[in-house]
Amino acid sequence: MGDFTTEELLAIFAMQGFAGLSLFSVLLLMALGLAIIYGQMRVINMAHGEFMVIGAYTTYFISTLVVSQAPWFLDYYVFIAVPAAFLMAFIVGWIVEAVLIRHLYHRPLDTLLATWGLALIMQQAFRSIFGAREVSVRLPSWLQGSYQPTLMIDIPINGIAIMVLTLFVTAGVAWMMYRSRWGLRVRCTVSNREMSGAVGINTRSVDRLTFAVGCGIAGIAGAAFTTISSTGPTSGALYIVDTFLVVVFGGAGSLLGTMASAFSIAQGQSILEFFISGSMAKVLTLLVVIGILMLRPEGLFASKVRR
Amino acid sequence: MMNKLPDFIGGRSGLLGLLVFAALLLLVFPAAMNVDQLSLAGRFLAFGFVAAGLVLCWGYGGILSLGQGVFFGLGGYAMAMYMKLEASDGLPDFMRWNRITELPWFWEPFHSLTFTVFAILLLPAALAYLIGIAMFKRRVSGVYFAIITQAIAVITTILIIGQQGFTGGANGITDLRTLKGWDIHTDSAQVTLYYATAVLLIGVILVGKWLLSTKYGRILVAMRDREDRVRFSGYDVANFKVFIFCVAGVFSGIGGAMFTLQEGFMSASFVGIVPSIEFVIFAAVGGRLSLLGAVYGALIVGFAKVMFAEAYPQLWLFLIGSVFIVVVLFMPYGLAGLQENLTRRLRAYLRRTEEHPSSTPSPPRGTTSVGASNRPSQGEPDADGSLSTQEVRS
Repeated sequence: MGDFTTEELLAIFAMQGFAGLSLFSVLLLMALGLAIIYGQMRVINMAHGEFMVIGAYTTYFISTLVVSQAPWFLDYYVFIAVPAAFLMAFIVGWIVEAVLIRHLYHRPLDTLLATWGLALIMQQAFRSIFGAREVSVRLPSWLQGSYQPTLMIDIPINGIAIMVLTLFVTAGVAWMMYRSRWGLRVRCTVSNREMSGAVGINTRSVDRLTFAVGCGIAGIAGAAFTTISSTGPTSGALYIVDTFLVVVFGGAGSLLGTMASAFSIAQGQSILEFFISGSMAKVLTLLVVIGILMLRPEGLFASKVRR
Repeated sequence: MMNKLPDFIGGRSGLLGLLVFAALLLLVFPAAMNVDQLSLAGRFLAFGFVAAGLVLCWGYGGILSLGQGVFFGLGGYAMAMYMKLEASDGLPDFMRWNRITELPWFWEPFHSLTFTVFAILLLPAALAYLIGIAMFKRRVSGVYFAIITQAIAVITTILIIGQQGFTGGANGITDLRTLKGWDIHTDSAQVTLYYATAVLLIGVILVGKWLLSTKYGRILVAMRDREDRVRFSGYDVANFKVFIFCVAGVFSGIGGAMFTLQEGFMSASFVGIVPSIEFVIFAAVGGRLSLLGAVYGALIVGFAKVMFAEAYPQLWLFLIGSVFIVVVLFMPYGLAGLQENLTRRLRAYLRRTEEHPSSTPSPPRGTTSVGASNRPSQGEPDADGSLSTQEVRS
């Protein structure tokens, strides 16, 4: 690192670190949904990335509508787009659970295959409806530009916005899991399904709601995704492996673990990216994660569940 | 038959299935298809190797690997490296384009065909051994193993595309024309390669059938259904898993090499997540418990894709997605399971009408597992996600 002064290095770390935080936000939003679905019902949802894309296309749809019909609303549409993205993904998730997933409980490997089939169908549906080209949304003016604390550090505003959103969503999920009736039922079902049923919890409806909420959060991730990148039919597929590793690495069913692993994977990747090429950074990160998983197969923060 | 058949053939019906299969591959296909179609079938048969490997490790071993493309790629790239060296004087063209002046050390031994053949067999086995030891010794299994193998497929793809100078990058290794001076693109060569692939595949299937009929095969199925009982009986479960994973890897490697020979090129697009899952689709459609079924699956899905994707490219993904879902939901044992089911019903029906109409049909044959007697022998998998213990043979 002889070519850089200390000040420059610090600036680089700050900026790469911040880029890592944006990646962390999207990964975390994706992984949160996946983690509660997997933790609750041991269902592997390979179509999770496509639920994210549903959210992204919803945002895109609303933004084009606003641009053509009500330009004055442009500054505020994101506040509608995010709930709409959640709702769309939630509804589709609800239907998918009712039609497909509920037949496959207790066959985790088969849910993986069936949802892969679903992912293929959804990708082609996106392609047929929105076209194969990547689309991007028009950002409100207050989301553009960047914040410069010093001359060398340059932090994009939309990255900050995503982080704030992630903070809210994570807090919301944590509240729902640990403070609401629904969360109580979910945690009951996770620790002992038969017993929960015996004390009067309708585990079937808890399952359905959990799946739909998980998909809805993926929808929010999609809305966040549109502000930093353009969306194509296969955008979701790019993130799905990383997201799974985040969930597995963190220890399924542990909110804290999911956060910690999303953070370390995203940071590791984006800081390494500066020193070696992007693809090698990814290879190295994935290898380290697999290596650590060998030492701790249950993940970093495995929840202790009796079976 | 005059002499007693070896056990692993699976009795008269097993022999019949094998003979039909061999006749189809060696007589019917060459007679009914033109050279282009036949060489296409040869490529699908190459995928059949991978599907057969998946039947062993997924169907019987319960180990779902979503990274079989890596082993397919290893075999394929080994073959491609040898042929590329033969095609170029000194340095392969893509290396020159990437300003690499000297042949990398790991390319050197691929000048020799003997080494290449060993590499095709041993490289996938070695990698599978490494992954297997690392994962199974730590008791990583099921979903976790599937996800990790998928991550390995991603890593391999990124490495191949990223290290363009050594691997040919996203284009792959192209312009492979000859094997030991023999032009592989002529019609006669394509037909010869088709036969070679078909014969090898039949051999591989026999090996698989034999393996399943041994004591090892019994333990494999027992392990899939009740791993802890097998462990408590004193077997080292991890070693058995590693072995079957290696076998599946070697099968895939052979498939990859045969594919490269016929296709004349190899690229990262046969390594990543998508092809790896496609192999699983073949096995699932054909029947995860039937070696022959998996090959039929590869042929059917392969030809359907060619026909459908040409006529209605938009509909293909809808179709294959739905087929996959339907197969997983309603026929977990694929076409082979369907056939087995129909045959049994037909037999029971015939027997009933032959004897007296009210007699109950005899119980289905082929329930083989430790402690499986009180469980349903067919259809729904049981509560802990393992498959039920019916064996489907075709």
